[in-house]
Amino acid sequence: MPYGSSEKAGDRPSVPVAIKILVAGGFGVGKTTLVSAVSEVRPLRTEEDMSEPSSLVDQLDGVERKTTTTVAMDFGRISISDDLVVYLFGTPGQRRFWFMWDELAYGALGAVVMADTRRLADCFPSIDYFERNGMPFVVAVNCFDEARRYPSETMRSALNLTEDVPLLLCDARQRTSSRDVLVALVEHAVARLSDGPAVTPAR
Amino acid sequence: MTSGGPWPFVLRPDGGERVVRPYAVTAGRTRPSGASIDLVAQVSVVRTMGAELAPQLVSDLGPEHLRLLRFCRARVSVADLATEIDLPLGVVRILLADLRERGLVTINQPAASGLNDVRILREVADALRKL
Repeated sequence: MPYGSSEKAGDRPSVPVAIKILVAGGFGVGKTTLVSAVSEVRPLRTEEDMSEPSSLVDQLDGVERKTTTTVAMDFGRISISDDLVVYLFGTPGQRRFWFMWDELAYGALGAVVMADTRRLADCFPSIDYFERNGMPFVVAVNCFDEARRYPSETMRSALNLTEDVPLLLCDARQRTSSRDVLVALVEHAVARLSDGPAVTPAR
Repeated sequence: MTSGGPWPFVLRPDGGERVVRPYAVTAGRTRPSGASIDLVAQVSVVRTMGAELAPQLVSDLGPEHLRLLRFCRARVSVADLATEIDLPLGVVRILLADLRERGLVTINQPAASGLNDVRILREVADALRKL
């Protein structure tokens, strides 16, 4: 059965446009904060295959055959109109979660990769992932009060970012600041549509 | 993880634990039937729920199916449903596929064209600026 069309004319309005945006980055970098600054955030539970590192931590006595565990993502929604909705998915950035990203990335507009200058390397896997998939992304450096500030150029070169990838400083606690990050991502996606070849969804 | 034991209990919104495990809700199935169901696919009920629902359609449905049906009276995304009903995404997909098979709900993939439509993206950027 083909998707993408409403069942019968006049039944319901046409299928709304869903804009999916990923918010990625290491643990504690401010993904939940950013998503909750611009939307009502709720935990979305999903299952993951249990990997080596977590099986050392999770108590497996009596459930040796248990091979999945539950992971919560941050889920936020911004309704622009009845037919246009932005969905935000905050996801852990470690490589072991990449299989989840494949699904999330499918049909996504793009991603915000959050970075903390004290643990810059934590966002490398996320940047790798989106570069490989050719998905538009911006890097948002969350300016923690206690973290040292660096010039943008220094951070760009530390992250080995190409010219065209926007890098922004943000305070994820501030609604306006988090909003600006999302706006920058959408504008970046528009710019890529306008100059480059057509963007094809990941996968 | 919960501390109540080794079983993957499902937390209820009130903080309590449901004793029924996810795989029991899905009768052991781990994959939904039929076409894949996107996270942001839109679900809506086809028939008006209530007394007129044919018994043969619902007789083998579980309480979680019926809860899902109640939540999708208004058009709603799969991700929204999963958070509302407080079950893992994989379980929700399987239950939704059951409902689709019975013709009780329609599941529409979101219009993918939006991603390549500069006009729509500009509208999104403008709306976000007003947040």
